[in-house]
Amino acid sequence: MNDVTSQITGFLSAALRRRVEPDDDYFAQGFADSLFALELVTFVESRFALTVEVEDLDLDSFRTANRITEFVRRKTGAPESGEAHAEGS
Amino acid sequence: MPRVPESGSDATTTDVPPGEPVESGDLSRVAADLAADAHVRASRWDQDGGLPDSVRKEVAASGLLAADLPERYGGAGLHPLALGEITARIGGECSALRGLLTVQGMVAAALLRWGTEAQRADWLPRLAGGELTAGFAATEQGAGSALGSVETRIEASGRSGHRELVVSGHKRWVTFGAVADVFLVLGKYEGRPAAVLVDAERAGVRREPVNGQLGMRGARIAHLSFDGVRVPRRQLVAPPGLGLSHVVGTALDHGRFTVAWGCVGMAEACVEDAATHAAVRRQGDIPLGDHQLVRSLLARAAVDAAGARELARRAAQARAAGPGHGVSETLMAKYAAAAAAAAGSRDAVQVLGSAGCAPDSRAARHFRDAKVMEIIEGAQEVSELHIAERLLRRFGDAARGTDRHVRPRLPGESP
Ligand SMILES: Cc1cc2nc3c(=O)[nH]c(=O)nc-3n(C[C@H](O)[C@H](O)[C@H](O)COP(=O)(O)OP(=O)(O)OC[C@H]3O[C@@H](n4cnc5c(N)ncnc54)[C@H](O)[C@@H]3O)c2cc1C
Repeated sequence: MNDVTSQITGFLSAALRRRVEPDDDYFAQGFADSLFALELVTFVESRFALTVEVEDLDLDSFRTANRITEFVRRKTGAPESGEAHAEGS
Repeated sequence: MPRVPESGSDATTTDVPPGEPVESGDLSRVAADLAADAHVRASRWDQDGGLPDSVRKEVAASGLLAADLPERYGGAGLHPLALGEITARIGGECSALRGLLTVQGMVAAALLRWGTEAQRADWLPRLAGGELTAGFAATEQGAGSALGSVETRIEASGRSGHRELVVSGHKRWVTFGAVADVFLVLGKYEGRPAAVLVDAERAGVRREPVNGQLGMRGARIAHLSFDGVRVPRRQLVAPPGLGLSHVVGTALDHGRFTVAWGCVGMAEACVEDAATHAAVRRQGDIPLGDHQLVRSLLARAAVDAAGARELARRAAQARAAGPGHGVSETLMAKYAAAAAAAAGSRDAVQVLGSAGCAPDSRAARHFRDAKVMEIIEGAQEVSELHIAERLLRRFGDAARGTDRHVRPRLPGESP
């Protein structure tokens, strides 16, 4: 697992109190409470130093940890094999 | 009661020219004037049909509404702490007036965060400038704490080549719903939660004013019906699916923040009224304040109020990091402040005795309004679920690999 994905699964596992694998669709699994979606956006923004705009928000881009990784790469322009820009908090 | 710091003490006018960005010091002064006016008139508004349109328009023109919006959208870029202090000042006098700030702030926050650039440019300056009064229409007969079960339908209209949406449903308890110009409505689009702006003047919007309810009597509350109301598709906020978790979630988070500060103001006002009365009122030869039991009530109310203020301040500091920050701190502050206002107002009425039951008693009005604060923007019990959930997350062992899912489902969660 690359570093971006492992940071994301780490956050998800802590937030949802269960182990979340990179391809788990945690929204569909119903483990997210009503504050979780906003917390996830805030986590991704501050950890990867980017801003999530409404245009970025289709349901799918945040559906699994791997999808979020793709999204982060797209936004930060990081190459496929690149390591995380672990900035922010 | 602590006063809003007046950092702009050299500013002598409260006549803010429209469109000019204002300093938070000026706004503090505007809020202080407004609070002084409300101090005299709030019980009249509470008894006689609500906050008059003239006062609402005065507030709108003063720059106080959605004043935390960035200046490029017509706001004053108010720091959360300054917004909080202003809200406490107003909430200490009148919850209806504070409700006006709360609702406008909620809708503005949701649009700022999840509106497209075109939507932000279109709506935000009109909300900040007070040209439009906003309403937030989420609650339904069958969906209160669990907003995931709303039944209002938002459908694409075949007629207009899908450029229009048709909104149908019934909303309840919309603060300022009787007079708002635009509603942020939560519904379902193809079964998925979606949020849409509906202008009040469109055909098919009906309002039924609510009167005589327990609290927030001045807040021009209405139940609403949307009977096949057609709105342009561009008024959909965020893609369907995200209307509850993101759009309404952001609005409620902002609402909890200003409700928290409003409750801080209420709790502090109650301490002031109770302590003033206890200091001067004598029964026999003994001032009320000489009774230990009365002192106990005063002390507890004062400590609760001070604690609520510190939690609200902590939430403000967390929110200063930007949108999306401070959500759990805000939840905790709202929970504590609503409890402080409810308990403090109950004890204030007790200490005031019959004076606290009088028609124009501020403590009595806060007593009724504070109970409402323990129900709206997440009932106390629902807040406890969320607060405890975050504790379990922090201290639990699941993160280390134990795969367990043992907790009650929270409102709004999918089954
Ligand atoms: C004065 C006033 C103004 C309002 N303004 C607005 C507005 O502007 N816009 C809007 O959309 N709505 C508004 N509301 C509605 C308000 O948001 C709802 O009343 C609130 O969300 C609670 O929903 P409910 O009343 O359906 O209560 P329910 O959800 O039926 O809950 C009733 C009680 O059950 C308990 N409870 C509920 N769920 C749980 C749980 N999961 N665990 C434990 N206990 C639980 C709580 O004690 C709660 O108070 C307003 C209400 C009032 C009274």
